[in-house]
Amino acid sequence: MHLLFLICLPFISAVVVAAISRLGRSQAVWLAGITPLLSLLCLFPLAKTPFTGHTLIQRVNWLSAVGLDLVFYLDGLSLLFVLLILGIGFLIVLYASYYLPQQDRLGRFYAYLLLFMGSMLGIVLAGNLIQLLICWELTSLTSFLLVSYGYEREEARTGARMALTVTGAGGLALLGGFLLLGHIAGSFELAVILAAGDTIRAHPLYLPMLLLILLGVFTKSAQVPFHFWLPSAMAAPTPASAYLHSATMVKAGVFLLARLFPALSGTPEWAWLVGGTGLLTLLLGAFFALFQHDIKGLLAYSTVSHLGLITLLFGIGTPLAAVAGVFHIINHATFKASLFMAAGVIDHETGSRDMRQINGLWSYMPYTGVLAMVASAAMAGVPLLNGFLSKEMFFAETVDATTHLHLGWLLPAVVTLAGMFAVAYSLRFIHDVFFNGEPIGLGKTPHEPPRWMKAPMEVLVVLCLVVGIFPALTVEPLLNVAVTGVLQGPPPEYNLAIWHGFTPALWMSLLALVGGGWLYSGRRPLFAFYERYLERIEAKVLYEGLLQRLFALAGVLTRWFDTGSLQRLLVVTISAFLVLGVAGFIGAAMPLTGPRGLLPVDGMSLLATMILLATAIATVILHRQRLVALVLIGVVGLVTTLIFIKFSAPDLALTQLSVEVVTVVLLLLALYFLPQHSPLESAPVQRIGHGLLAVVAGGGAAALAWAVLTRPYDTIAGYFLANSVPGGGGANVVNVILVDFRGYDTLGEISVLALAALGIYAMLERLHLDSPTRDADGRLWDGELHPAIMATLARLLLPLALLVSVYIFLRGHNRPGGGFIAGLITAVALITQYLANGVGWTHARLPWNMHLLIGLGLLIAAFTGLASLGLGYPFLTSTFGHLHWPLVGDFELASAMAFDLGVYLVVVGATLLILIHLGLIHQNRLPKDGGWAKGSVQSTDKR
Amino acid sequence: MELLIVLIIGVLTACGVYLTLRGRTFPVVLGLTFLSYAVNLFLFAMGRLTVGQPAIIDPRAAAYADPVPQALVLTAIVIGFAMTAFVIVLALKARAELGNDHVDGRPAP
Amino acid sequence: MNHLAIAPVLTPLLAGILLLLLGGACPSMRRPLSFIAVVIQIGVVLALMAATHDGAILVYALGHWPAPFGIVLVVDRLAAWLLIITALLAFFVLLHAVQGDDRTGQHFHVLFQLQLFGLNGAFLTGDLFNLFVFFEILLLASYGLLLHGGGPWRVRAGLHFVVVNLLGSTLFLFAVGTLYGIFGALNMADLAQKVAVASPENVPLARASGLLLFGVFALKAALLPFYLWLPATYAHAGATVAALFAIMTKVGAYCILRVYGLIFGASAGPVAGLIEPWLLPLALATLIVGLLGALASGGLRQQTAYLVVASVGSLLLAFGLNRVAGVAAGLYYLPHTTFATAALFLLADAIARRRGESDDRLDPAAAIADAGVLGGLFFIIAVAVAGLPPLSGFLGKFLLLRAALDHPLLSWIMTAVLIAGLLGLIALARTGSLLFFRALSPPAKASKPLPALLLEMAPIIGLLLLILGLTVAGGSIVEQTRAIAAQVLQPQLYINAVMHSGATP
Repeated sequence: MHLLFLICLPFISAVVVAAISRLGRSQAVWLAGITPLLSLLCLFPLAKTPFTGHTLIQRVNWLSAVGLDLVFYLDGLSLLFVLLILGIGFLIVLYASYYLPQQDRLGRFYAYLLLFMGSMLGIVLAGNLIQLLICWELTSLTSFLLVSYGYEREEARTGARMALTVTGAGGLALLGGFLLLGHIAGSFELAVILAAGDTIRAHPLYLPMLLLILLGVFTKSAQVPFHFWLPSAMAAPTPASAYLHSATMVKAGVFLLARLFPALSGTPEWAWLVGGTGLLTLLLGAFFALFQHDIKGLLAYSTVSHLGLITLLFGIGTPLAAVAGVFHIINHATFKASLFMAAGVIDHETGSRDMRQINGLWSYMPYTGVLAMVASAAMAGVPLLNGFLSKEMFFAETVDATTHLHLGWLLPAVVTLAGMFAVAYSLRFIHDVFFNGEPIGLGKTPHEPPRWMKAPMEVLVVLCLVVGIFPALTVEPLLNVAVTGVLQGPPPEYNLAIWHGFTPALWMSLLALVGGGWLYSGRRPLFAFYERYLERIEAKVLYEGLLQRLFALAGVLTRWFDTGSLQRLLVVTISAFLVLGVAGFIGAAMPLTGPRGLLPVDGMSLLATMILLATAIATVILHRQRLVALVLIGVVGLVTTLIFIKFSAPDLALTQLSVEVVTVVLLLLALYFLPQHSPLESAPVQRIGHGLLAVVAGGGAAALAWAVLTRPYDTIAGYFLANSVPGGGGANVVNVILVDFRGYDTLGEISVLALAALGIYAMLERLHLDSPTRDADGRLWDGELHPAIMATLARLLLPLALLVSVYIFLRGHNRPGGGFIAGLITAVALITQYLANGVGWTHARLPWNMHLLIGLGLLIAAFTGLASLGLGYPFLTSTFGHLHWPLVGDFELASAMAFDLGVYLVVVGATLLILIHLGLIHQNRLPKDGGWAKGSVQSTDKR
Repeated sequence: MELLIVLIIGVLTACGVYLTLRGRTFPVVLGLTFLSYAVNLFLFAMGRLTVGQPAIIDPRAAAYADPVPQALVLTAIVIGFAMTAFVIVLALKARAELGNDHVDGRPAP
Repeated sequence: MNHLAIAPVLTPLLAGILLLLLGGACPSMRRPLSFIAVVIQIGVVLALMAATHDGAILVYALGHWPAPFGIVLVVDRLAAWLLIITALLAFFVLLHAVQGDDRTGQHFHVLFQLQLFGLNGAFLTGDLFNLFVFFEILLLASYGLLLHGGGPWRVRAGLHFVVVNLLGSTLFLFAVGTLYGIFGALNMADLAQKVAVASPENVPLARASGLLLFGVFALKAALLPFYLWLPATYAHAGATVAALFAIMTKVGAYCILRVYGLIFGASAGPVAGLIEPWLLPLALATLIVGLLGALASGGLRQQTAYLVVASVGSLLLAFGLNRVAGVAAGLYYLPHTTFATAALFLLADAIARRRGESDDRLDPAAAIADAGVLGGLFFIIAVAVAGLPPLSGFLGKFLLLRAALDHPLLSWIMTAVLIAGLLGLIALARTGSLLFFRALSPPAKASKPLPALLLEMAPIIGLLLLILGLTVAGGSIVEQTRAIAAQVLQPQLYINAVMHSGATP
């Protein structure tokens, strides 16, 4: 039988329960109830191992490479907790079926409960810290679901979120702590860690590791100052509280203290941190419990206090203290669970939890009263009940631990005081609820709950009694193995008798009982004092304030970073780039200027440069007169072309020129729909700032260029020059590189062009802009769209232009030219037709679907590449042969030229698509899917 | 001669950056155009400057300009063109959707 | 010559072309075609994973021109890993798209396929300038997709996105140009060799261009301070597109890993470890800033967008550790965060559709229809995104911290990561409680008719199953990512494979 199965069982049945609950309530109850019993059954054959003094370790490989296997570890301690979880779990299932309203199908509740059960089992059976943490966090998540079960109520939502946040935060700290612990011990596996105590305690990282782990423990076990989530979690359905907040989840923290006891304890840090926190929690919890008016609130604070007690015991750190700690874990689970159930019954029967309303229930539900009294007597530490035994051991430990210390009497004194408060609030719970006059303003008249709703309480109360009277016969064996598990060694000598003679512990117990009684009888002034000064002092308030500040801070910072302004976005980006660029140079003693010789300057170039700089700057100055700016930027482009010509890049010159033309046409068309002037809006300061940034950026670019230009370099160019003709079949190396050596780039490049066209087409559809009838200066636009002379001229030019483009295309492989330039020339020629004659006229003679043209171009280019695959060569491998054309001459016809044809088609298609559709904007009826709607055509002619 | 080119690159970049930082779409488009001029020249210059030696194989030629940057620039020009076209149309779209041509869709103050 | 290497690029390209040619004629063909293409892609990439599993590095010399002169595609474990993530994401995103999003604009499927073309090309190329070209492809495709459907906010966000990315492209060219100007090389392996022996006078230039390039990639990855474009863009993109964009930031992260593992990596002599002082601190800051943004967000989509920023932080933090364990942790976290955020974007859309007027805004409103299913899914996704146990998000966090245990900045890293985890928990708990628990009134009428719930949820559930797979099969996946990391951090393997690949003209 595998422990993994034991853990998975609740998870599986959770899913099933959720599913079958729609069949009916009882099915859900039965399945949910059977699950823990089945798990117990699975446990049975394994349970004997711990009693034989061995530890059962099972392993499932998971992330073995990083030391994260699923390891299952069953020793006495785990066994004890498994029994608690499953046993009380069963009782809770039974109880909940009566507690929750009949109309509730229970599927969701039981699913959550079972998920929690599984996670809890996962914690106590984990043999690997990270695995333990996973289940630890799962309990936080499932408890979130359980507390928020009645999410219509505000307090359920906030309580659930608070519990999740606090315990979740603790879980994260725990992760950190576990990582450090694993780092120190060299493994995440419990077996290794428990054996490595001395190494761990001696390690420099011990303290941070301890702090992180304790954060996890204290948040989970509701230790001061993290206790506040537990009272808020009382919004959970009472069965959940009885399970999570008394018996199981809150015990996970102290479980971990017990689990890692051999590895971590025994240092002053441990003693002070754990013991101190425990003591503080013990006292404050007991104190605040007394003043709660909500029954569950009282129980919650009392739980906090008892958890403090247990923590303190582990803090004391002696083997006997550990025994007492484990013992009290058992006892607290039994009496507190039954008390929560009682509270649930009362709530259920009276419809209220406020002890100022609920009084004198004795006459209505004496039976429940008896059960509650026994349980709370156990809580108070009355003899003959289990609470008394562990509490007396606890008192004894506090005495032994401190007698040798200076001011040693202090600890016993304080815990006795806490004991008094414990007695006091136990008294209040009984007296206020069952006596103290008659109920006040209850909705209904209370009566005893149904038979089986009492059963779970009875079981637990009987346990309190039996353990209290015959400890040695009942609990001792289990306690023994559990302690063996905690200490990883034989348990110390101890004696679970009711009577140890007149020990200090006995006197402390008596003092607590008497003092408690006295405290309660004199409660009036105490309450007055509390309500006047202390009621408002709550960690919860602090927490909520903190959370609000966090959200506020986040808001402020985020809005400060992210203003949603493009200008700011660009300023940040550009500055960041500058910082990076400059950082590259910093720390290098190298001069910016390199040794390489430079070309002499000639007047022509100087002049051109001056013109270019002048126009560029003019553009910036005049940029708010948009048309002017556009013309000027055209000039800049032209001069750039000259630069290309000058420095032996004819192809670039041709390309730049044709692109320039098309771009200007494009911008002109666009400008028609935009304001003719930019308003002056950015403040002078801002403009200066931008100016400076611009200058720095320009300086940077220039510096970079200068540094490179003045340095020699060796290049791969030689290879291309050498292989262009023999390998690529073309003399124009640039073109051969484009269509052959780096044809893949070009394939990408035309895809970009195609994408731009398609993107633009998608943008332009359904786009309607009113075309202004007057320009910015109020002059009417010329009504005549297609002047006759221009029209005829354009028609005459068309064939010529096409011829030129064909020529440019064909020669491209050997002399400046090529598909791209040819394509642009064709496009320009056709655009002129559109401009001169209108869409209708042109389209009647040019019925192409540009989308198809683009697609075709891409297809040709791609297939040229694919062809070579057939011959077993890589994609885009080229071949070429010679071809004599009469009149035209001798051509090298390379397969790459087919590729270039693809380029040509894409360029023509894309350019036309963009420009034509831009031209069509002002007709809001755009052709769909590239087909031409007649309507648009006519409307053009009408205008 | 290099100094002139460097100067041009610097000035074009500066103009580009400044215009890109304006608050209206059209100047931003102009700015981006400037930047593409600048970077194309930069890329081109990375093959160093050579006069009268186009990379067209010819038995009489003594040396050739580095063809690689030229090819790269050609690709860059085309891509730049596509981008410019896209942005300008996007600017129109923004004008239509936002009702004004401010880069953040804010109406003029 | 094994042609498998080119297939991930050609499949979407040809599919895109086909869709463009046939799409107009027979619209009914679009969806099946698109699906077939993606499925083929998954198959091809699986084959590539198998082929590279033993550590082999496939080099594909395009046009049969040998490296470093021609352009080469290089398929190593890393490339295959990103390809499979992309393909799987694409499948489920497409599954969501065909439920109506693809009808809101023109050419959705063409753009979608070409987007994949761009992504795969970027992951495969071994040439720096070619990387630029494919950046432009995937950017233009993403512009087209982003503006799909239109709407003022989307257009505004799109404008910012486009402009800032054009700036990035410009810087990319400056950087590539400089590198060519000094070393006369474009092939990454070739560059790596030449950079390693750079003469002292060239070192500053190499460093400068290297850092500029880092900026470009950081911009794509949305690393602080370059992340500002992301929240608005993702928050206003359509669900399909936002989900697909979950992979976009990863391209930047991939390039950082590739280029700074290879060209400026450990063996880069004078410029070794160029970005080490930058990457880790910036990543930490990004992580925190992203989560503060998530806390401050007023809408679920925006919150998700900020969570993407945070995830970039974690991812680059892992890479920034600059050791096998760290990079491996990052590579394990990468698919997780991609799928998780994508699922959250899809779910956010489903939620918003059911909240009528109040859309995805995080303020109390009427209860939503199907709250049970949606709430359950939200809970699971939130657990995944916040990095809580037991899902792969937690495992990623664990691997990351474990890798950092002996790092000099451990205290900083651990503090940041743990606090980040807490912030994420708080933010998502608030969101969930607000959307699903706090109902002012019974469900409002859905703004437009909803598709069948199961169909609508199918892509989300699918993505969650992938996350579950990452968790359950964690062991073998961790092995895989460690193998990838080990290969990436030994640039010599890559260099040898490329420079001695046997292609001759």
